[in-house]
Amino acid sequence: MNEHLLSMHDLSSTDVTRILDTAESFREVGTRVIKKVPALRGRTVVNFFLENSTRTRISFELAAKRLSADVINFSAGGSSVAKGESLKDTALTLQAMGADAIVIRHSSSGSPLQLTRWVDAHVLNAGDGTHEHPTQGLLDLYTMRERLGRLEGLRVGIVGDVLHSRVARSLSFGLVKMGAEVTLVGPPTLIPPDAPVWGVQVSYDIEGVLPKLDVCYVLRVQRERQRLEYFPSVREYARLFGITRERVALMPEGGLIMHPGPMNRGVEIDSDVADLPRSVIEEQVTNGIAVRMALLFLLLGGARGEAA
Amino acid sequence: MSTRFVFEGARVVDPAAGVDDVRDVVVAGGLIASLEAAEGAERIDARGLVVAPGLVDLHTHLREPGDEHKETIATGTRAAAAGGYTAVAAMANTQPVADNAAVIQAVRELAEAAGLCEVYPVGAITKRLDGEQLAEMGEMVEAGVRVFSDDGHPVPTARLLRNALRYVKAFGDEVVLAEHAEDPSLVEGGHMHEGVVSAALGVAGRPAEAEEIVVARDLALARATGGRIHLCHLSSARSVELVRRAKSEGIRVTAEVTPHHLTFTDEDLRTYDANLKMNPPLRSADDRDALRAGLADGTIDAVATDHAPHAIEEKEAEFDRAPPGTIGLETALGVILTELVHPGIIPLARALDVLSRTPARILGAGDHGGPIEVGRPANLVVFDPNHGWVVDAPFVSKGRNSAFLGRQLRGRVTHTVLRGALVVADGKPTR
Repeated sequence: MNEHLLSMHDLSSTDVTRILDTAESFREVGTRVIKKVPALRGRTVVNFFLENSTRTRISFELAAKRLSADVINFSAGGSSVAKGESLKDTALTLQAMGADAIVIRHSSSGSPLQLTRWVDAHVLNAGDGTHEHPTQGLLDLYTMRERLGRLEGLRVGIVGDVLHSRVARSLSFGLVKMGAEVTLVGPPTLIPPDAPVWGVQVSYDIEGVLPKLDVCYVLRVQRERQRLEYFPSVREYARLFGITRERVALMPEGGLIMHPGPMNRGVEIDSDVADLPRSVIEEQVTNGIAVRMALLFLLLGGARGEAA
Repeated sequence: MSTRFVFEGARVVDPAAGVDDVRDVVVAGGLIASLEAAEGAERIDARGLVVAPGLVDLHTHLREPGDEHKETIATGTRAAAAGGYTAVAAMANTQPVADNAAVIQAVRELAEAAGLCEVYPVGAITKRLDGEQLAEMGEMVEAGVRVFSDDGHPVPTARLLRNALRYVKAFGDEVVLAEHAEDPSLVEGGHMHEGVVSAALGVAGRPAEAEEIVVARDLALARATGGRIHLCHLSSARSVELVRRAKSEGIRVTAEVTPHHLTFTDEDLRTYDANLKMNPPLRSADDRDALRAGLADGTIDAVATDHAPHAIEEKEAEFDRAPPGTIGLETALGVILTELVHPGIIPLARALDVLSRTPARILGAGDHGGPIEVGRPANLVVFDPNHGWVVDAPFVSKGRNSAFLGRQLRGRVTHTVLRGALVVADGKPTR
C-alpha cells in the first residue's frame, strides 16, 4: 500500500485485493449495535471538502468515527483561492492543526497529488475534478465481488458521460486491473477518444451491449452538457442510452444495475429500474463505509489486531 | 567598467557574416572597434568561450504596466540581459494594453531608463485586445512599432484579420501581424494537450487542431492579401507541415517555436506541475520532434521564449486555476545548446541564426543580430558552451515559474554587451 490514496491508477491488483479483503472484515462492524472499534483512537482525520458532496463526506465521516478517530469537517464553497488563500496555504493550516489524514474533495483534477507535496499527512482522494474518485471505484469493485463472487472475467458496461466522470475513470482502471472486461457506452462526444488505451472497449449501441453484461453501471448525466453541445437534448439522450425496463430485460439473468448516485431518474435511468431487485444502488452506499474504513485503517497503520 | 575592452581568443560565431573563427573582439565607444589584438583595452580571457550577436527574443511578457507583481520592465530586461539577450519584443497584453503610441512610448522609456536590454514594444492589433475594433496601428508604426499581435488570442474573425493585413500595407512592406493560433471555441476550458494523457488525468484538452485551423486560416489570408503573418509558438506537427507548404508556395510567413515546446511533452504533465502548463500546450513526442525538424530545416525561423512570469502563489494554485506560461529568458540559450546543439540536431551557427539573426530581421532590429564587423554596434553575447549547471531559483526575473526547474543544462552566458557596455559580466548583471 502507498502512503496516500490518490488514484486507482496507482494501485496494484494486490493492493486492491488487500483493500477489499480488509473492507470485508469491517463490513460486520456496521451490523453491530455498537458500530465502533478503537483502531484509530487519538488520530485526527480532516474532511477537506472544497466541492459540495454530502454523501461522500458523510460516508467518510462515519467511516472515521467507527474507527474512533477524531473527525474535523472543513468545507468551503468553491476554491480556497476564491477566499484569497491558496490551496497550499490552506493545506499548511490543516497540517499545523495536526491532521493525520486529509480526505480531499476538489473540483480541480490533480489537487490531491498537489496536496501531498505540501503536507506530511496521508492524503485520500475523495474525488478530484474529472480525474478520479478511487474510493467510489473501490466500493463498486467490492459490491461486484460480493454479489457476483469474482472480478476476473466479469463483463461490465459503463454507460453515459465517461468524459466528465471521475467515477468512470477509477472504475475502468480498477476493473481492467482486476481482469474484468469493460465496455464504455455513450454518445461519442462523451467518450474520450483515447479511452481504448485504458484497455477497454467502446460501443455506441446500448442494446447490442446489454445482453453481454454481468453489470450495467449507469453514470449520472448532467443536463448542462446539453448546453455545451455534447448532445442535442436530454430527451434524445434518454431515448438512445437511457436504461429502461425494456432494455434491462436484455441483460442476462442475475446481471446487476449499479449507479454512483445521485440519480437523475428518467434521464439516464428509469425510476422503476432503479427499484428493481437487481439494482444494488443502496448496497453500494453501505459498502462505501466499510471500504473507507479499510482505507483509513490501512493508511493510518492501526495494528491489525485492534480492528476485530 | 571600462568602455574599451577586448574578448581575447574567443570563438566568434556569426551566422550573418558566415563566420566561425577564433578572434579577438575589441569593443570601444559602443562599437565593435577591431577584430585584431588590441593594446590599451581591458582584457577578458575568452578562450573556450563563444562570442556571438546578442540574442533577440520575439516574444517576451514584461508585464509592465499593470502586472508589476509578476515582473517589471527593469526586472524583465535584467533577466533578458542575464540570458544573453540584447533586444526583446514586449508583448502588448499589459494593463493598459499597448494599443496606442502613449503606452508604446512609456514602455520604451522605462526600458531605456533601465538600460539593460533594448525593448521593442509590440502593438495590439485590436483595441483593448478585444478582437472587435482595429487599434490605431498607423500611430504606433510612427512610434516605431513593427510587429503587432493580440497574443493570448488569435484575431477572432477571418474578416477582421483580413482587414488588418490589408490595412497595414499602408505602412510599408515590413509590418508583421503575429498570431497566437488557437481556435477559441476548441480550447475554451482546456488546460493541456488533448490526448492520451489528458484523458487519463481528467484534464480538459486543448486539441492540436485548434492550432492547425487558425494556422490554415491565417495562411489563406496571408496568401490572399499578400500581407505578412508571423506565427507565434508553434506546437503541432501539422502546423509545421502547413507552414512548410506555405513557404514553398511563396506565402509571406515566418514562425517561431519556444524552448519548452522543443523540450517537453504532455507526458511530463502527469504530475500536474503547473509550471508546465502552457498555451498552446506541450504536445506529443511526435509534435516535439516535428518542431525540432522544422527548426533544423528552416521551416521555423526563430526560437522565442514566450517568457511569461507569474507570482509564485498564482502558480501554486490548482492546476486548472493556475495561469499558463513559464519564464524563459535566462534558460533559452542553455536549453537550445543542451537539447539541440550538443546532441547534433542543429549546428551552433543555426542555433544563433534562430536565436539572434532571424528574429532581429523580423523585428526590424537593425543594430542586433550581427554581423560582427568593425564599426557595427556592439550588441553581443558571450557564453561558455560547455558550462554545466542546474536550473534553480533564485532567478534574475521576478518570476520563479520555470518549466526547467531542476534540469541539468550545458551552456551558460558569461557576458552580455549592450551598445558597447558590459551589462552582464562573469554571469551576473552589472547594474
